[in-house]
Amino acid sequence: MVTESRPGEARAAGLRESAEPGRSAPRARTNRVRGTVQRTYTPWFYVPAGVIYLVIFIVPTVMSFWFALTRWTLFDAKFIGLDNFKQFFSEQALRSGLWHTVVYAIVTSGLKVVLGLLFAVLLTSAIRIRGLLRSLVFFPVLVSTVAVGITFSVLLQPDTGAVDTVLRVVGLGDQDWLGSPTTALLSVALVDVWKGVGLATVIYIAGVLSIPQEYYEAVDVDGGGAWDKFWNITLPLSRPATFSVILLSFIGGLRSFDLIWTMTGGGPGFSSDVIASVIYKEYQAGFFGLATAGNVVLFIFVTLIVYPLFRWMSSKEVDL
Amino acid sequence: MRGTRRLVVEIAALAVGIVFFVIPFVFMFLTAVKTEDQSADLSFAWPTSWPILQNLKDVFSARDYMLVTAFKNSIVLTVVSVAILVVLGAMVGFVIQRRPGKLATIANLLVLSGLIIPPAVVPTIWVLQSIGLFKHLSGLILVEIAFGLAFSVLLFRAFVAAIPRELDEAAIIDGAGPWTLFFRVIFPLLRPVVITVVLTQSVLIFNDFVNPLYFLPGDENATVQLTLYNFLSQFSTQYNLLFMNIVLVTVPPLIMFIFFNRKIVSGMTAGAVKG
Repeated sequence: MVTESRPGEARAAGLRESAEPGRSAPRARTNRVRGTVQRTYTPWFYVPAGVIYLVIFIVPTVMSFWFALTRWTLFDAKFIGLDNFKQFFSEQALRSGLWHTVVYAIVTSGLKVVLGLLFAVLLTSAIRIRGLLRSLVFFPVLVSTVAVGITFSVLLQPDTGAVDTVLRVVGLGDQDWLGSPTTALLSVALVDVWKGVGLATVIYIAGVLSIPQEYYEAVDVDGGGAWDKFWNITLPLSRPATFSVILLSFIGGLRSFDLIWTMTGGGPGFSSDVIASVIYKEYQAGFFGLATAGNVVLFIFVTLIVYPLFRWMSSKEVDL
Repeated sequence: MRGTRRLVVEIAALAVGIVFFVIPFVFMFLTAVKTEDQSADLSFAWPTSWPILQNLKDVFSARDYMLVTAFKNSIVLTVVSVAILVVLGAMVGFVIQRRPGKLATIANLLVLSGLIIPPAVVPTIWVLQSIGLFKHLSGLILVEIAFGLAFSVLLFRAFVAAIPRELDEAAIIDGAGPWTLFFRVIFPLLRPVVITVVLTQSVLIFNDFVNPLYFLPGDENATVQLTLYNFLSQFSTQYNLLFMNIVLVTVPPLIMFIFFNRKIVSGMTAGAVKG
């Protein structure tokens, strides 16, 4: 398994429990203790967390399905049927936001998978500076998104920006990366990858390190090279890591807001607007019902895409 | 021959690493210590003079010492949320693992939904307003706890599974009730995972931008991430101060990273597990 959480042990604990009722008579005393034990795991432990979770997370989520159908001022809500959703799907500015969200999620999670695996293979190989490189790649994960956004907006400025200056040397300069509708969304997506690839890398490193060494030795015995090892051993056996990386970055990508908001504000025009930034704009403009409809759309989106993905991945779980 | 090839790979990897992952931070730092005039060029040029202290003083005193208030708010927010999150998350992780049944199934389902479902923003504001906590730091603290619970419970549950039940039984025979058992016996054993949760969650909450933006508007309530955002327009001509602010906001995670590198990495990797 990829992670520290020990599913094996959890399973073992479960087995032990189901085996217990069988051997009853000689262990009456133990069973009495077991009864007390059951009473000791009191459901009251759920209560404090449950109340907060219920009030702050579940209630708003459930209520959003009602408020999405209303014209809403926070103080009174007037039922208007599906008008908000109609508006969401008919207005060009809002509809393009849906499409951008999907593009953004696919681009970022795709690149994180490819680069993360590449880095992980490199950083688990025999090179001497891998500790240093791991830290370099991982650190941006911990830096504030807003700080990253501002820094890269400056670096990506046309003419004076560092990226343009370097690219001009190879004849690719003079691009207004964030100011042009064709490149804005993709530029932000690349910065997102820069910030997030470290997490993908460490997940892959854990996955690659958990592959038993004997498999690689077997390839050696069969006379295979480095490519065979990667293609036939590393890639298929790090599939659980791939699943985790895809799920995490896909969910993150569909929801992403802060980076887009600090770098382009959804612009120029609506060319880099995603659902989350549309929600914020509608909220600012006082269209609370419409903003909530956006939330419901996002909810349905995430569930429709992530849940089947999750099912499919779980069904293909590999055992090492 | 092998050695030469390895050296080439090492040098190439180091070069790529430095270009992509060091230079942006060098830029941050250099711009932060320049004079206002020079910082406006937004270039990598070496600073002609180093008004570090002056910039520090200016960035803190700007807008009536807003950054000081913001640091105070962020620290209170992070410390209180994480402390409560750890205790409540551990309690749930404990019963959820120890007492399988209908309740645990529902709880597990809720944990899973918490990891996937994007929070409904405006209805959350509506709830906070009706309990009188909108625009209050305590309201935001509740929000951070609610949104962080799923992940924390996941980590605690996995770790509790590794603690033998015989330990619980021994404590109970010695007369421990539920609370004594949990707080005196189990909780101390959870120390490694408590550290992990504290580190990952405090970085997440300290860096959080979206939730303060929605649930804690107003200058006097700003957290450090929002000062960055507010200063973006205000300092449009004072890049040195903007970047000094960025450097200051980056320092706390950097310190944590230097001291707890491994713990943070393993915590975030563990978060990748499927529920």
